[in-house]
Amino acid sequence: MMHAHLVRTALLLLAICTSVLVHPQATPRAEGATPEEKGIQIARDTRERARGFDNFTAEQSMVLRNKHGQESRRQLRVKVLETDGGGNKSLFVFDRPRDVRGTALLVHTHKKKNDDQWLYLPALKRVKRISSSNQSGSFMGSEFAYEDMGTQEVEKFRYRYLRDEPCGKLTCTVVERYPTNKRSGYTRQIVWQDKDELRVWQVQYYDRKNAHLKTLKLGKYKLYLDKYWQAREMNMVNHLTGKSTVLSWNNYKFRTKLKASEFTRTGLKRVR
Amino acid sequence: MPPRAAFHRAAIAAVSIWATLLLAGAGYGAESIEHELSGSLDVDSRWYPQAGAHPEQRAHASGFAAEPKLHLKGEGDWSFTVTPFLRYDGADSRRTHADLREAYLLVFGEAGDGEWELRLGVDRVFWGVTESQHLVDIINQTDLVEHPNKESKLGQPMAHLTWSAEWGILEFFAMTYHRARTYPGRHGRLRSSIIIDDEHVSYESAAREWRVDLAARYSHSFGPFDVGVSVFDGISRQPYISPHFDDRGAISLRHNYDNIRQFSVDAQYTVESWLLKLEAIQREGARNLLGMKEDFAAFVIGGEYTFNSIFGSAADLGLLAEWNYDERSERSNSEFQNDLFFAVRLGLNDAQSTEIIAGVLADADHTTRTLSIELRRRISDQWSMKLEAIVLMDVEEEDIIYDTRRDSFVALNVTYNF
Repeated sequence: MMHAHLVRTALLLLAICTSVLVHPQATPRAEGATPEEKGIQIARDTRERARGFDNFTAEQSMVLRNKHGQESRRQLRVKVLETDGGGNKSLFVFDRPRDVRGTALLVHTHKKKNDDQWLYLPALKRVKRISSSNQSGSFMGSEFAYEDMGTQEVEKFRYRYLRDEPCGKLTCTVVERYPTNKRSGYTRQIVWQDKDELRVWQVQYYDRKNAHLKTLKLGKYKLYLDKYWQAREMNMVNHLTGKSTVLSWNNYKFRTKLKASEFTRTGLKRVR
Repeated sequence: MPPRAAFHRAAIAAVSIWATLLLAGAGYGAESIEHELSGSLDVDSRWYPQAGAHPEQRAHASGFAAEPKLHLKGEGDWSFTVTPFLRYDGADSRRTHADLREAYLLVFGEAGDGEWELRLGVDRVFWGVTESQHLVDIINQTDLVEHPNKESKLGQPMAHLTWSAEWGILEFFAMTYHRARTYPGRHGRLRSSIIIDDEHVSYESAAREWRVDLAARYSHSFGPFDVGVSVFDGISRQPYISPHFDDRGAISLRHNYDNIRQFSVDAQYTVESWLLKLEAIQREGARNLLGMKEDFAAFVIGGEYTFNSIFGSAADLGLLAEWNYDERSERSNSEFQNDLFFAVRLGLNDAQSTEIIAGVLADADHTTRTLSIELRRRISDQWSMKLEAIVLMDVEEEDIIYDTRRDSFVALNVTYNF
């Protein structure tokens, strides 16, 4: 559908952002666990540490490059509100490209049920309920796929811890994970996370033929509220097409005066 | 004063207000009032391969449109939005028109566990879920000269109060200054054989366009169901067209607006890759095609299914089907009296957001088929384009769109967005 790419972009960005929110105190892991147990424990710890941020706002920009070096840009604003039930409510407003300026997406995520999504189309002042099962494929020529967001849900993968190895000045755990969704475009992913703060530094994606399709590198981590580490730059490179996408985060603000009424269909129509 | 001329004046006044606000905002508002300017400039060209069925109709029309939007936001929860609209058309002087799409003050706040919102001024409101027609959508008049798809709407003065909470959204509308539908002129295409007199509009109400129309709507999401129930009591947006003879016996067509009451429901069920949709109305007090008052029901029912990442590509393919029905049948003044709509939507999901939509509206009572193909593509961050073709096929003489039978066209729009 016409705005599928916007929806995917927004959801992906949300997921990436909530998935890399981690905070310092590491819980000790059981000794003598199997590689599978060690893998899932790291995923659980990572998720646990992303909780409790209450709300935040941020700005995002993306630069899409093809193999000839031609660029196109995307720009949007994000607001995320944690809710009591364990889900999130998020609002995305597109600023660039200009033809989609003012288009906004409201997402109510649920832990068990499918997410609810409403799209606001400013030209018609129309609010459209849209399907949330629209998961596969890339968007707007970017190298991020919708399912790349899946990382924050522990249950969406099976895991296997591979090894510890140095990553820069840090030591990283290297965990292989296998998507449980049959519609996934991947057979497996390999994730590098530092042992100190559980920050994700690199993810390698292998396609259905088990070829190394893409690599995501994360950087410019910053600590917010003394608790949440946030990568401010994410670079996805597609090794088969030579295309890449750089996603940058700016102007993070945690625990702002967001109101629940902004995350309703009425609030959606007020978006600027 | 003819309503159209009056509105031209209003639009000019609005542009003046708008310019003043802009200057004021830029001048000293920086510390207390934020302002934002956005909008679009559009150049369009239409080609009609067949000669018109009526004298003086042009084969080609080019022009441009401007729709700048100024948004002012003060401290606290208020804002003011002004959106004038101007269209110039090189062929049809009636399509050259100005409108005030928006000029409203918005305030909102908390109310118990929920919130209230008030919009005062000229605004646009959309109700509904279906694609082939917007049956329940009634607050705004159609700006028909813009496009035969009836998606463009004229600004409507109103007070619009919303109260929402966990139990749903309740809205109340009070409207006045009814807007008459815009119709093409002598040189325009997609019109009746006799042009519609836009200087003599008749109303059932003695208060004419100043009658106060009222409406209310309740809407809510129940899990995968989005449901809206609405009532409208006011001047019909759809006119009854009647012939009129002047002193010398010359015939013209006039639009007449009855007082109607309409009850409507719109619902969508969203599950997996399916969207299932329903819109239905019950309208009382409107005249039918024969000029007699007839209460009636009409509905649109259908759905949409989307295949993602087709053939291993990034592209999505959507299939749409809808059935439009109006129980007045041959007495209906709607072209959707019994029509099936099928469409295919292909979104390439590339950097240019290329999208192709091809559809057919097939009249089940006549041979008429309307094909439409639309290609949209972004050219750069600020430029975008749309190429479309509308093909009218086998239009029967009994069909109410018979007068437009030779008005198939190809159109190109190039838009600068800011």
